[in-house]
Amino acid sequence: MHKYASPKFFYTLAGQLIPWLGGVTVLLLLAGLYLGLFVAPADYQQGESYRIMFVHVPAAWMSMFIYMMMAGAGAVALVWNIKLAEIFANSCAPIGASFTFLALATGSLWGKPMWGTWWAWDARLTSELILFFLYIGYMALQASIEDPRRAARAAAILALVGVVNIPVIHFSVEWWNTLHQPASLGKVGTPSIHPSMLAPLLLMALGFKTYFFATMLMRMRNEILERERHTTWVTDMPELKA
Amino acid sequence: MNWQEFISMGGYGVYVWGSYGLTALILVLNLFLPLRRRKVVRQRLREFMRLKEQTR
Repeated sequence: MHKYASPKFFYTLAGQLIPWLGGVTVLLLLAGLYLGLFVAPADYQQGESYRIMFVHVPAAWMSMFIYMMMAGAGAVALVWNIKLAEIFANSCAPIGASFTFLALATGSLWGKPMWGTWWAWDARLTSELILFFLYIGYMALQASIEDPRRAARAAAILALVGVVNIPVIHFSVEWWNTLHQPASLGKVGTPSIHPSMLAPLLLMALGFKTYFFATMLMRMRNEILERERHTTWVTDMPELKA
Repeated sequence: MNWQEFISMGGYGVYVWGSYGLTALILVLNLFLPLRRRKVVRQRLREFMRLKEQTR
């Protein structure tokens, strides 16, 4: 286990994983786009506009998934003082923020034709907006403290406090009477979505996930190089010799 | 299916293609930013190494 937590080992492993994750991402997204735009039939209620779902729902799932990964890594960093966990959490934040922005923006583009408004202060939309501010707050706090170890600790505490927002987002459509439609998935035994629409949705969601891991590892590698610049394994790297 | 129909998306073209376009933009941006950062970090490290070599 210790071997995997060594920055040098992780740097090399991540470098080998990234091209594979990238390739799988391209395949998943191409398959998802093909099924979602060419094969899946129009929705009987929403017509063609429902195709926004294939990017909106995976983006919203990612916004919560990445937040949980970030807060989880933050907790690990706080408890066991593992540098790699700090770097992991830091690398999650900008990607999570952009998926949250994407969920909000595509939701807006879907809401306009369906509800007649770009925005409503509805429980689901408001809690997702709070999630966006949590990501921004994490990045701002982390950037405002000079010492990277202290910065990571402060940001991790913020991330952990913000975790209460995640169940609020998830259950908001059940707890409150929202404009946002309830989930189409997750009700056991009563699938309310046709397989021809479910397949592209899941392919896009998986593609977003592998994309996240690929770009997150890219960011981690950059931060590892920066933080480890005084160690011999970095200074001895042949490609960095002048 | 004809091309024009596909583009118009039953009249929702602006919203559907706006969403997919924004998604593409976000995905490309999040790929480009770490790649650029990698270039900067490596450049700085090389510079740092060169200076250390000179002062030795």
